[in-house]
Amino acid sequence: MKRLRSIGAFWYDFVVGDDWRVAVVVVAALALTALGVHAAGVNAWWLLPVCIFAALGWSLHRATAVTGEDH
Amino acid sequence: MNSLPLILTVFVACAVEATEALTIVLASGLTREWRSTFQGMAAALVVLAVVVVAVGPALTLVSLAGLRLVVGALLAIFGVQWLRKAILRATGYKSLHDEASAYLREVAAAKAATVTSRRGVRDWYAFTLSFKGVLLEGLEVVFIVITFGDSQRNLGAAVIGAAAAVIVITVTGIAVRAPLARVPENAMKFAVGIMLTSFGVFWGAEGAGASWPGNDASLLGLIPVVALVSLGYTALLRRRRAAGPASVAHPSPEVASS
Repeated sequence: MKRLRSIGAFWYDFVVGDDWRVAVVVVAALALTALGVHAAGVNAWWLLPVCIFAALGWSLHRATAVTGEDH
Repeated sequence: MNSLPLILTVFVACAVEATEALTIVLASGLTREWRSTFQGMAAALVVLAVVVVAVGPALTLVSLAGLRLVVGALLAIFGVQWLRKAILRATGYKSLHDEASAYLREVAAAKAATVTSRRGVRDWYAFTLSFKGVLLEGLEVVFIVITFGDSQRNLGAAVIGAAAAVIVITVTGIAVRAPLARVPENAMKFAVGIMLTSFGVFWGAEGAGASWPGNDASLLGLIPVVALVSLGYTALLRRRRAAGPASVAHPSPEVASS
């Protein structure tokens, strides 16, 4: 059980890394892009880069903000 | 697409991982003993080969769009995490990764451990240290080679980039017999983060069904844009750090602990 947990923790750290919110934003942006293309007929190639830049900025802001001020 | 950007990206990314693996192998070999260290390294390489043989052909069965969607998502997540770390290090919010001090830490731990023989291995500590180091860093190399190679349907070019990186770092490490402290690791991580993010965004959006204006040529615009945005964030954080020392006196718990 302990070994399984450590394997799980390793893969989580390997794939998701320090900030899980980035992973959530990437997956959500890809889903919205697919939805835009296939359901609404919008070629939303710009959506993923915009979301990625926003996620990076948000993540950096959270990581460097003064404790107790922004959280 | 020209193979050169693919080879260079994989080369730089794998060079970073190879440098980290080399630090661990050198610490183990020089302070414990080389035979067990090489046995650990060989065992890790066998496991990595099994992973490649098992995962590689399975990926060729997946449709290109599906593969690019999954690989794009993984690379984008991976790339942003690398960029985030590199920006935090470049702006002083996180201490720089120092191979020399990492080496000293490994050496101190290796010297303190007792010698025990197990399963035909003379020094089990040296074996496991080397095995874990090569396996963990090697997994990242395998991930980069398979994702880049398969998404571009040019596994050969990705393998060339990775093999060249491993050979260059190994030969340099053998020549100097010391951790490669002079490798500009943070700058390389920054560059790799830009490339991983750019390729991830490109393939991810394509996999989701979007068409990039100019097709593959749009990567030539996307890479500088990702670089500019990252440099912009770096400049902003530097200015913020310079303006208010209080803002770094108590960084968020996550930065403080990482």
